[in-house]
Amino acid sequence: MAASNPSVFLLSVNGQIEGADFPSYDNLYCKYCYVYGQDWIPTTGLEEGITQITCKGSQASHKLIWNFPLDVTFKSTNPSGWPQLVVSVYGPDVFGNDVVRGYGATHIPITPGQHTRTMAMFVPEPTWRLQKFTSWLMGRRPEYTDPKVVAQGEGREVTRVCSQGFVTVCFSIMMKDLKKLGYDSGPANPQSHAASSWSTEDQSNF
Amino acid sequence: MASPSDIREKLRKKRRAFQETLVPTKHDDEQALVASASVSEEAPPATMEQEPQSSHEDPAETLRRSLKAQRQMRKKKLLEESPALRSPAEGVEDISKVAEDEGSTKRTAAGSLTGPKSRGPHQFERFVTRRLEEKLRAARSQGQSLQLQELGEVAVSRLQSLRDRHTLTRFHSEDQDGTFQVPQDISTRVTFQDAARLVGERERPTTVEAYNFFTSNFDPEPEERSESTSKTSVQKKSAESCDDSREEAEEGGEEEHEEHNEEAPLMQDEDGNVFVIQQTSKDFLETTKAEYIGLRALALRRGGLLYTPSSQRVPTSVKLPENVTPRYLEEEGFYVGQRPPVTSTNENILENRMLKMEEGLKWFGDDGRIIALPDPIKESSSRPPLFHVEEDLDPALQTVFKKPMKCGHTHQAYIAGAADCEGDYQLDVDVSGLIFSHHPLFSREHVQGARLAQLYDQYLDRQRNKLAEHLTDKLNGLRNTMRNMLEIHSEQSLSPAMQQRIVEYGVEIKNTRQLRDSEQEKDRALLKSLVKVWKEIKSLREFQKFTNTPYKLCLRRENVDRLTDEQEYEKEVLAEVWELEAEEDVDYQRKLAEYKKQLDQWKTWRRKQKSQKKQKKMKKKKKGQPQEETEEDENDPDANESDGAVDDGPPKPEPPEKLDFDAIEQQVREKASRIRRKPGEAILIPEMSASGKISAADLCPKGEMARREDVAKRCVFIKVLYNDKEVSQTNSRTLNSDFKVHFGQIFNLKIVNCPKSITLQVFEEVASSCSLLAQVYVPVPGSSVVAGSAPMEEFEFSSKQRVMFDHEGVGSDVPLSFVADGSNRVVLLTSGKVSCCVSWGVGEDDLPLAPPVSQILGSVLGGHPEAAAHIGPSGLADMKKIGEWAAQSRLDPNDPRNTSIMQLLKVASSGEVTAADYFRLEQLQEEFNFVSDEDLDRSRRFRLLVLRSQEVPEFRNYKCVPAQEREVTDKVFKEYEKRLKDGEIIDTKEHLDSHRALVAKYLQKIREAVIHRFLLAKHHYLLSDLVVEEEMPSIGGAGPGILGLNLFHLAEPKRPLKPQRKERKKVTAQNLSDGDIKLLVNILRAYDIPVRRPPSSKAAQTSQGGMQAGDWLLGQVQVRPFVEVSFQRNVLQTTTADGPNPCWNEELQLPFSAPNGDYSIASLQSLKDEVFINVFDEVLHEIGVTDEEKGKSVHTRLEKHWLGSVKIPFSTIYSQCRIDGTFKVNTPAVLLGYSKERSHGNNGAYDNLRSLCEGAFITLFITIEPQLLPGESIREKIKELKLDSQEDEGLLQASERFERLAASEFPGRVCTTTVIDLNGKTVFISRYLRPLNPPQELLDAFPDNPAAAAAQVARFVSLIPSLPDRVSFAAICDLWSTCDQFLTLLAGDEEEHAVLLCNYFLFLGKKAWLIIGNAIPEGCSAYVLTQEESVYYMWNPSSGHYYGQYDTFCPLQAVGCLVSAGNVWLNIQEQVSPMRINFDVSRSHCWKPFFTGSFPHSSLTSVQPEQLVYRRSDRTTAVELQDRIERTLRDKIMSWRPHRPTRWNRHCTTALKHFLPSLELGGGGGRDAGEGHRHELQSMLGDNRISGFPLNMPFSEMAPIVEAVYSTGVHTTHSPNVEFALAVYVHPYPNNVLSVWVYLASLVRP
Repeated sequence: MAASNPSVFLLSVNGQIEGADFPSYDNLYCKYCYVYGQDWIPTTGLEEGITQITCKGSQASHKLIWNFPLDVTFKSTNPSGWPQLVVSVYGPDVFGNDVVRGYGATHIPITPGQHTRTMAMFVPEPTWRLQKFTSWLMGRRPEYTDPKVVAQGEGREVTRVCSQGFVTVCFSIMMKDLKKLGYDSGPANPQSHAASSWSTEDQSNF
Repeated sequence: MASPSDIREKLRKKRRAFQETLVPTKHDDEQALVASASVSEEAPPATMEQEPQSSHEDPAETLRRSLKAQRQMRKKKLLEESPALRSPAEGVEDISKVAEDEGSTKRTAAGSLTGPKSRGPHQFERFVTRRLEEKLRAARSQGQSLQLQELGEVAVSRLQSLRDRHTLTRFHSEDQDGTFQVPQDISTRVTFQDAARLVGERERPTTVEAYNFFTSNFDPEPEERSESTSKTSVQKKSAESCDDSREEAEEGGEEEHEEHNEEAPLMQDEDGNVFVIQQTSKDFLETTKAEYIGLRALALRRGGLLYTPSSQRVPTSVKLPENVTPRYLEEEGFYVGQRPPVTSTNENILENRMLKMEEGLKWFGDDGRIIALPDPIKESSSRPPLFHVEEDLDPALQTVFKKPMKCGHTHQAYIAGAADCEGDYQLDVDVSGLIFSHHPLFSREHVQGARLAQLYDQYLDRQRNKLAEHLTDKLNGLRNTMRNMLEIHSEQSLSPAMQQRIVEYGVEIKNTRQLRDSEQEKDRALLKSLVKVWKEIKSLREFQKFTNTPYKLCLRRENVDRLTDEQEYEKEVLAEVWELEAEEDVDYQRKLAEYKKQLDQWKTWRRKQKSQKKQKKMKKKKKGQPQEETEEDENDPDANESDGAVDDGPPKPEPPEKLDFDAIEQQVREKASRIRRKPGEAILIPEMSASGKISAADLCPKGEMARREDVAKRCVFIKVLYNDKEVSQTNSRTLNSDFKVHFGQIFNLKIVNCPKSITLQVFEEVASSCSLLAQVYVPVPGSSVVAGSAPMEEFEFSSKQRVMFDHEGVGSDVPLSFVADGSNRVVLLTSGKVSCCVSWGVGEDDLPLAPPVSQILGSVLGGHPEAAAHIGPSGLADMKKIGEWAAQSRLDPNDPRNTSIMQLLKVASSGEVTAADYFRLEQLQEEFNFVSDEDLDRSRRFRLLVLRSQEVPEFRNYKCVPAQEREVTDKVFKEYEKRLKDGEIIDTKEHLDSHRALVAKYLQKIREAVIHRFLLAKHHYLLSDLVVEEEMPSIGGAGPGILGLNLFHLAEPKRPLKPQRKERKKVTAQNLSDGDIKLLVNILRAYDIPVRRPPSSKAAQTSQGGMQAGDWLLGQVQVRPFVEVSFQRNVLQTTTADGPNPCWNEELQLPFSAPNGDYSIASLQSLKDEVFINVFDEVLHEIGVTDEEKGKSVHTRLEKHWLGSVKIPFSTIYSQCRIDGTFKVNTPAVLLGYSKERSHGNNGAYDNLRSLCEGAFITLFITIEPQLLPGESIREKIKELKLDSQEDEGLLQASERFERLAASEFPGRVCTTTVIDLNGKTVFISRYLRPLNPPQELLDAFPDNPAAAAAQVARFVSLIPSLPDRVSFAAICDLWSTCDQFLTLLAGDEEEHAVLLCNYFLFLGKKAWLIIGNAIPEGCSAYVLTQEESVYYMWNPSSGHYYGQYDTFCPLQAVGCLVSAGNVWLNIQEQVSPMRINFDVSRSHCWKPFFTGSFPHSSLTSVQPEQLVYRRSDRTTAVELQDRIERTLRDKIMSWRPHRPTRWNRHCTTALKHFLPSLELGGGGGRDAGEGHRHELQSMLGDNRISGFPLNMPFSEMAPIVEAVYSTGVHTTHSPNVEFALAVYVHPYPNNVLSVWVYLASLVRP
């Protein structure tokens, strides 16, 4: 790489939001977005997305399957603020109001290869009982002002949440030039830094 | 071999003796004063003599024998003592003797001495048991064989035989039963059973003896006597089982009970059978007459059955067996636990009941009290509560038993192995007593007595050591050797080696003699002082006529043979003289030799000098100065001096003095008489005894009596601290008259932690208060120091406490004199000695219960074995010793092994343990620093990251910090550094002068402080910041409630007739981007827009003029106003309406974009953009109508004439969410071509009402779409931040209560009681109000018109510029400056203006209050309320306008509270609008005062200065500024019209310049002035169309003026032949308050 260009490393994220396990809800869809630090720039791919509505199959597993593809590439100069995938799940309640069913976040895996992550989902709780009732009645559950809150630590202490279910995401991670900048991200193939092209080692951990 | 054990034995004895001496009932107390010494005193003389010898390792066989004999004697004596006095210890001793005897019979004679005796008393018991066991085993095997033989016999017969022998065995079985009940371990029990049986069979005297021992030791319990028959069967059984294993014996014990149970019912059954057989049916039926028992008889009968125990006290004699005196274990020094508390009545009842019972006596102990264990009940449960849940527990939760395991790595503080039950260590702390060597309650006599005792102690010590004698012997020996040597070798010449030896001997003799002399001198001095002190005591006793101390000193005279004594004396003196002479002689010879040598040297030097001199003299003589040789000699020193250059040679040596032998002898004799007793004088041996009598209290004077009473009141106790934790404390004992306290308590400390320190704290207790006298540090004993063998040690203590008494007690730390004249004062401190002994306990298996040595050391020394070896175990606790040792052995401080010692020493030398005072969170931080701090500071990338995280504005949103250092260029920082530099240097061109520059700097600082506080608050989150939640439904209230009336909203018509604005959902600003936000400006209508004046008659002749005139007459086209809104350089305008009261009702949407795309609350709040709403008149001009097109087409030109403007800062809109109301349009004072005349006044009554206010008004509604969450929450957070304050805490609390009440009862009503001053401190609001003098100039201007003066003052205040950046943080964090600060800064927000105005009004004598309320557009603001003859006026301090209470267009919308200098009133009326409320604060149902009768005003002093000092107005700077503004504006206007020429009409300009001062004087001008101007200009400029206006504003900076001019749009005229006129006038007011007038006019030539 020429010295004149600013040295960056690239992080390519492929994968999919496989599905969710919400025992008591059905007809859910999910939104995702990424939260990343100031030194990160998405170069290609969709930063945000919304999946189809899916309902539980008749088979025994009762899993909600989205199989929604993720494909994004980030460029960065600084590993601080490593991107996180924020997922929020919505679905209709008894009255047909669209309410939030869960928020969750996970860091994009920091090692190249295939990874599967299961995110625990939660929703903020109403401040008190009556409000719980009315929010149920009105179909206006408390929501985060910004779903990205779940990827931040600041200010979370004021909220109370209730856990809901799980969302499973699988990632295939590729990286370029991270090692060149002096960061060693876990088990890496010795070939990776010899080749200046995309390092596509796939470690089948799973 | 034997001697160490003997010594130990003796030490033990000594200790016991000492204990005995301390027991006052048994012995006199005198010896206890010097415990160890007295013991040795008491002992027979033989011991006295031999002890030092034995210590000298003189293992004389005779000594041992004598010791043994002595011991035997002693034992005998002890045995002979009366049984009543027998203590258990003696009992043990007794037995031990028996056992010893036994042992001696069995063992060899040599072994008998050493074996058992070397063990402690504990071992004796075990020894005895073992011996017994052996014997029993032997006996049992015999018995077995016997029984095997008898096996054939029937068991019954055996039982029978046993029964026959009942009377015989009874005694033994009883005893055996007794032992059976004693809680001992099984082995002994079994042994005893067996032993008993054996006793029955084969009687052996030795076992009986041992048996007696055991039975005497334990209380017999004859309860089970009745069961003896069953017992015997058991015995038989156990005997038959023939098993000596203990378990089976135990089983036998159990079977015993079973068998008994089986037997008992059988017997009954038998009886019952007999009974049943004899009875017939007749027996069951018996007919008797009804029996009546009288009440009395019943009572009698009952009395036989019932027993009511009395609650009377039971005399002790009843409770004890006959002829036994009660024995109190405490007094014998045993530890007796605290008894559980029982009320004495209950105890008495219990005792009475027990005495009634059979064998009740066994419940009573030796002391005649009920036997009781210490209270076993713990206050709190130590076991966690167990919750029994259902049986089917989750298997994961099931408890699993695990064997306790030894932890592999124990903490260093704990002793390894302590966790096991075996490995517990025991430290015995024996606190035996306490002796005060000085106590504040000492009388003078006590002091002297203590001194005497001390001296005597010293004397005894010296006597024992006999240093002087020892040295004398040595000296004599040396002398003899020397003499012999000389005699033998006198004939032959001495060999050099021999000579050397003789010299050495001489030196040694000399040294020894000197040593002996000093020792003798000390002895003598001691004796003298002893006598002296005794004499003093005697004189003191005589003087005070009573005695306080029992001390007596006798001097025993021991006569000596005078002759031999003298001879010896003489001999001694002579020998000394001779030696001295010899020494002196040697000395003399040496000196002489030296002298000679020196003399030779001197002479040669001298000769040399002379020769030199001569040469010089020769030279001098040549010059013709005759001088004699003789003179030269005399002048020689002078000459030497004068020469100077010559070095002064060796001085002439003095010949040594000849020896004076007489003098030597004289000296020797003198010395001898001084240090030795005179020959023939009797030897004086002082003997001190404490046998004297102390005067009874009633013989003493009052002071002494008081002292004694005080003494009696005092108690002393000692707390034992282990590793600085209190473990126990002794009983408190009263202080005796001899100031000795005996405790005699032994504390057995079971320890787990490594011993680090053992501390005894001496406490003194007076009445109920106790005070720490002193602390005594006891060294941790070495592991070889075991209980029983450890000697009693004395530890001195002293206390620095100053105590003084008004009675005879001498006090402590108080100067004290024993001489009548008060000289020779001494200061005595409380001091004393604690005698105690710390040793390791001894376990049952004869092993010391001490942890291994390495662990004790390990805790202290970190495993440095040499240190321990060197200092000894007991010295380990002594820092000083360790320090000395470390210094001596030159420890390498860098050796890692020594770190702990070094640290220890460092801590010790620094005086106190500082290391433990703080806790370091990141003590390893340095080790993790991968680069040095300098490198880190140099790193540009790091700096960039730091600046970004600090949210420095330039870097707040910096994206993509480069990954490599080299990619960060310095360019990045350029801007930031420039700003930093600019902060220092302020552009003086922009500002008026250096003063303003300073002010700006100061404001910048305040701003930074505020920002910092704000940033802090930003990180406090509220739930509403994070979670969107529907608001709580409320019943019937406004808002999103569903429960109440709001349910009916569903039934409301979809489009009501009078729609009302609904509250919208708020959106936090963080997830927004450009274009999302729009500013909605709804312009509804305007009132009283100035109308065009009809042109003058001359102009009316023109065509348009005619048309206009026609319009005028018709009253149609008066004005065609439209509104232009500009925000962020986006301009939108409404359609044009007609008439002075137009109605637009239009909504304008202006896009909004935040700077840098940062939509955070902080950045939105600090946005400085303003919304300009300008009202223009659209004027149509027909132009260039060519003749040919006439009538076909009309060319018109639109012109807009500025009429007025309204400015609303964006931050106001943001913080208010919406702005809704009618605003006064800022119209210029004079509007050329327009008039404000009302359209012929035909509106009737409504017009009258409106006449109160002047000017044009516009009704607006402004909001932001979507509604942004305002910074309201941040303001609340700021309030939550506790600021420090100088106010009274009560006041602060009261104000907080007041504000909370206001917030809860009247939400939305502004109530402020405390504000923050410039220093960030909370100040009560009314402190800001105080009458202050306005500038005198203003007052002088209208001396007789108070209304005008008030207006003038208000104008002055309004001319003080508002804080340029008030929009940023004013709403969030109000900082209130005082008036002088305000005037110095010349900047402030509404509150400061209002306070200043209010203070001025107060000075002018008006009734004035501060209104805190809501106004448009400022929001929360402050106004001033004045009352003049029951009419209230509200003053807007920033504009200087005033409004009547019923003014429709008053910008003040809501009144929250009123503030005066003395109080704060909260508006508790239903309404808040000033029009609808009552301003009479005295009405309690309208206004709630802060200070009430119950909470009175606490005379708060004002924070304002007493008087304001003004600087004179400066004319010259004003003129300068005027020129500058004019120049700038001219340039600007020309630059705004880049494509057209800008012509300036000079005539007009001068005319305008002429107008301006008059406008200022007119206080804002008026209609008349405008008229005048127009006329004047008209006459001057002919028929030019003039439109223009003067602008007036306070001066703060140039930019606002330029902006104001720009916004009028004068420059936009497109007329080709337009001319401009511009005049600027700056009017200076005091204190650099400047009023700027800009007169702008455009002239269009027709």
